[in-house]
Amino acid sequence: MMNNGTAAISVRELRVVRGGRAVLDGVTFDVPRGTVTGLLGPSGCGKSTLMRSIVGVQVVASGAVEVMGRLAGAPRLRRSVGYVTQAPSVYRDLTVGENLRYFARVLGARDGDVERVLDEVDLRSNVDIVTGRLSGGQEARVSLAAALLGSPDLLVLDEPTVGLDPVLRRDIWALFARLAESGTTLLVSSHVMDEATRCERLLLMRAGRILADDTPGALLERTGSTDIESAFLDLVEQAERSAA
Amino acid sequence: MNPRITLATAGRVLAQLRHDHRTMALLVAVPCVLMSLLAWIFDGTPMFDRIGAPLLGVFPFVVMFLVTSVATLRERTSGTLERLLTMPMSRLDLLLGYALAFGLLATVQAAVVTTLSVTALGLDVAGPVWLLLVVAVLDALLGMALGLLVSAFAATEFQAVQFMPAFVLPQSLLCGLLVPRDTLDTALRLVSDVLPLSYAVDAMRDITASDTVGPGTWGDLSVVGTAIVVALALGAATLRRRTP
Ligand SMILES: Nc1ncnc2c1ncn2[C@@H]1O[C@H](COP(=O)(O)OP(=O)(O)OP(=O)(O)O)[C@@H](O)[C@H]1O
Ligand SMILES: [Mg+2]
Repeated sequence: MMNNGTAAISVRELRVVRGGRAVLDGVTFDVPRGTVTGLLGPSGCGKSTLMRSIVGVQVVASGAVEVMGRLAGAPRLRRSVGYVTQAPSVYRDLTVGENLRYFARVLGARDGDVERVLDEVDLRSNVDIVTGRLSGGQEARVSLAAALLGSPDLLVLDEPTVGLDPVLRRDIWALFARLAESGTTLLVSSHVMDEATRCERLLLMRAGRILADDTPGALLERTGSTDIESAFLDLVEQAERSAA
Repeated sequence: MNPRITLATAGRVLAQLRHDHRTMALLVAVPCVLMSLLAWIFDGTPMFDRIGAPLLGVFPFVVMFLVTSVATLRERTSGTLERLLTMPMSRLDLLLGYALAFGLLATVQAAVVTTLSVTALGLDVAGPVWLLLVVAVLDALLGMALGLLVSAFAATEFQAVQFMPAFVLPQSLLCGLLVPRDTLDTALRLVSDVLPLSYAVDAMRDITASDTVGPGTWGDLSVVGTAIVVALALGAATLRRRTP
């Protein structure tokens, strides 16, 4: 287990109840700073709920969530945590540029920052287009660009590569790696298992619990599998066997 | 609270409206057409002078109620509200940003409709016309504050639109527009006493009837002002950073 002082995210015994059901139940893990950590698991397992808890917009039943040593959602964190919701959260009736300039002003980021993030998600040529007229993947990238404004220390990205073609996905993952190299911590959710190999660490989730918290290499070794997908299935079987 | 963020938000709301030419045109044209229609229906009778001025206050109230309840519902459901609340944005910034933008819009609307009414349509106003504008803008802000409040209780835009007849029609029926308030049945009179629109209409009527502005008018206006603040405070309470 990581030392709390160095962890970017530290979650202890987190329990979240939504719609009368425990959606997260006893979730505990740490995310070390300056890494790309993948949050993988089947649809409905609680990835988005966990991310909402980390950025401090989820009502939690019990447990503790700390981000860079502060309680999740603390006012001091609001400049240093970038968050991309699963559905693109941008104003569809504004142009790409208007969206980004607005969020930049709210964050107090420099105006030049808008150009920088537009280049990073490869949308510079779309700056004057109304966001609602973009393709799904382009709109998702506007949402991602908004989270990159102000260069936050932690990026919490809920399925940022959905709807992107292989080339763009490769570019976006290269961007994540560059950001991590410069000290940014990234938590990226996905239910596409092949994205796992691009992460330094993996959190595998199932039905509101963490199944595994390790490096991709160690996971493969532990389960004797050749790919993360079969490693995941293996872990699920193990968990079911030990529960039975 | 941060003036930079408040102004950025007002600018963003205005930019959204600017992209929506049809809504802008309807906002100004519909009250003009309705006022003209009324003037025509009551041609040659004193009725237009009696209900014309109060209507100048009812239009912005209804319109801003509708626009705001749908706009805030969109913020809530599109995830932009969630994103903003993870940023260094206070709820007051958001509310004041909306109030500034819609206040400005209401001023334009009221200025056009009032000008048309007192010139081409021959509405007689004994008191100062600028005060009619002030009341119209206050009514708009009241509609905005109530719209914001009810949007918290609507899950869909269909529901939000249904709140219009539920919240706005009873106020319009009891505010003295149809029947003078002092001729109402005691029970109805008491209800109309607690509805803020009644005071706005009283003020409008005083301004049209007498060329001096008495303490009664200022009293009515301060009731409307208080109602705006109370509704905004309740609306702010419904903007939660953490949701279930
Ligand atoms: N607003 C809500 N109210 C009640 N229950 C909810 C709500 N949102 C999600 N849930 C439930 O919480 C559980 C976890 O949802 P969550 O969105 O966190 O899953 P996820 O892992 O992100 O799934 P996906 O990969 O499909 O995005 C689901 O079973 C879902 O039914
Ligand atoms: Mg999800």
